[in-house]
Amino acid sequence: MSATATDATKVDRPPALPRGWPRQRVLGYGLVCLWIVFLTGIAAYLVLAWNGELFRKYAPGYVSGLGVTLLLVAISIVLGAILSVPIAYARMSKNQVLSGLAYAYVYFFRGTPLLAQTFLVYYGVGSFRSQLEMVGLWGFFREAFNCAIFAFSLNTAAYQAEILRGAIQSVPRGQWEGAASLGLHKLQTMWKIILPQALIVALRPYGNEIILMIKGSAIVAIITVYDLMGITKLTYSRTFDFQSYVWAAIIYLIIVETLRHAVEWIERRITIHLQR
Amino acid sequence: MQSVWTLLSWGPEGWLDDIAYGVFITVSLAAATLPVGLVIGFLVALAKQSDEPSLRLAGNIYTTIFRGLPELLTLFIIFYGAQIGIQQVMRLYNPTAAVEVNAFVSGMIALGVVFSSYASEVFLSAFRAIPKGQYEGGYSVGLSGWQTMQLVVLPQLIRIALPGLANLWLILLKDTALVSAIGLTDILRQAGVAARVTKHAFLFFGVAALIYLLLAIISSFGINAIERAVGRQQVQR
Repeated sequence: MSATATDATKVDRPPALPRGWPRQRVLGYGLVCLWIVFLTGIAAYLVLAWNGELFRKYAPGYVSGLGVTLLLVAISIVLGAILSVPIAYARMSKNQVLSGLAYAYVYFFRGTPLLAQTFLVYYGVGSFRSQLEMVGLWGFFREAFNCAIFAFSLNTAAYQAEILRGAIQSVPRGQWEGAASLGLHKLQTMWKIILPQALIVALRPYGNEIILMIKGSAIVAIITVYDLMGITKLTYSRTFDFQSYVWAAIIYLIIVETLRHAVEWIERRITIHLQR
Repeated sequence: MQSVWTLLSWGPEGWLDDIAYGVFITVSLAAATLPVGLVIGFLVALAKQSDEPSLRLAGNIYTTIFRGLPELLTLFIIFYGAQIGIQQVMRLYNPTAAVEVNAFVSGMIALGVVFSSYASEVFLSAFRAIPKGQYEGGYSVGLSGWQTMQLVVLPQLIRIALPGLANLWLILLKDTALVSAIGLTDILRQAGVAARVTKHAFLFFGVAALIYLLLAIISSFGINAIERAVGRQQVQR
């Protein structure tokens, strides 16, 4: 007992943090002070620039804009998730043509900017007006909001298909073989064995994808959808009051940080059985 | 001039020079942003892996803010914010001053801070992948802190961080499309102009999308070449 105690005293301890004011600490405190000055400056600006009339006039717009943003992202993510299943399946299939087509789809939507895709749908759909009127879809595509949902769903489907594929392929082959030897068929194996393990891997990328969509959805302001960003632009163009952008930034930051922490919390909850 | 333009709008060939100019702007914006973003990202990563808690805090605030804001909002805040800020300062000297901020520089700063906040995470995870023994080895052969960083850590760091950085480059290339919203004549804006004039929107935006795709393909060839070159170094050691 005593031997281990003396050994422990001889063990190299991590070096104590330097005392006094080394260069790093001076720099660090300086930078933190800069941030404090910057953030209190913004807070002071918002307090000084507070305009009750402006707030009453435009705050409801911000709330509805936030609603539009969340609705847009929610619908696109759900539609994209549904669409991503066949794409991921095709991408993993042994059929060369099928997997090639899925690869081309994914490559196109991941290789081009979301803004270009949105423009392609919103402005480009006019080129097919007569065909669309024939099918009765013209009314759908005349709305900028619907165009945005269409483009966003296709875009996020490509990303989600890759997430799904990566997660499913991260599950070792032995799991398939084990399930097969127990007499489960393919669908049962997928549902009961593979997906629960794959979703643990996929959770973080899915969370990131939702965050990317929320941030990406700001571009619909350019095609005249009044989401949070659209309302912000409108408010700014009417009042020339810069605080409209600052408020939008605060709201976006709150949403993104909440989501990020929620994903981390869920991850901690569902990986309890993996922690030692 | 007008007649020439309407004449040119017969076929897509007439617009090719404009779109090529857009490609030039897009590529030069991305290329100008890359070094800025890499340097800031590396410095922020250095701060975030330091032993000093205040430095870590400062770095984390930076990433939290610029990863959380939509890129478009960052761009607008920098574009209009800089305009208002500089104007306020100029008014102190000259009450009638009107300031126009360069869209290219604003785009470069906005994309640079977004890129650097993502790059700092890539660099940070690369820093964590380098064992402590490398620093201790550098110390034991008498290298100074800066020399250890330059001769021992950095070559390994670059190799580990390269795939992540390559990914960020592709994201940056796509994010440059946003600057069309503040009036910079990049690919998308030129395509938009062509579409509005010729009423062939699908064609021009389709061409724009394909050009972005082509740039991505060319980049991935370049990235593969760099990765192979770096990998060869590794084999020789």
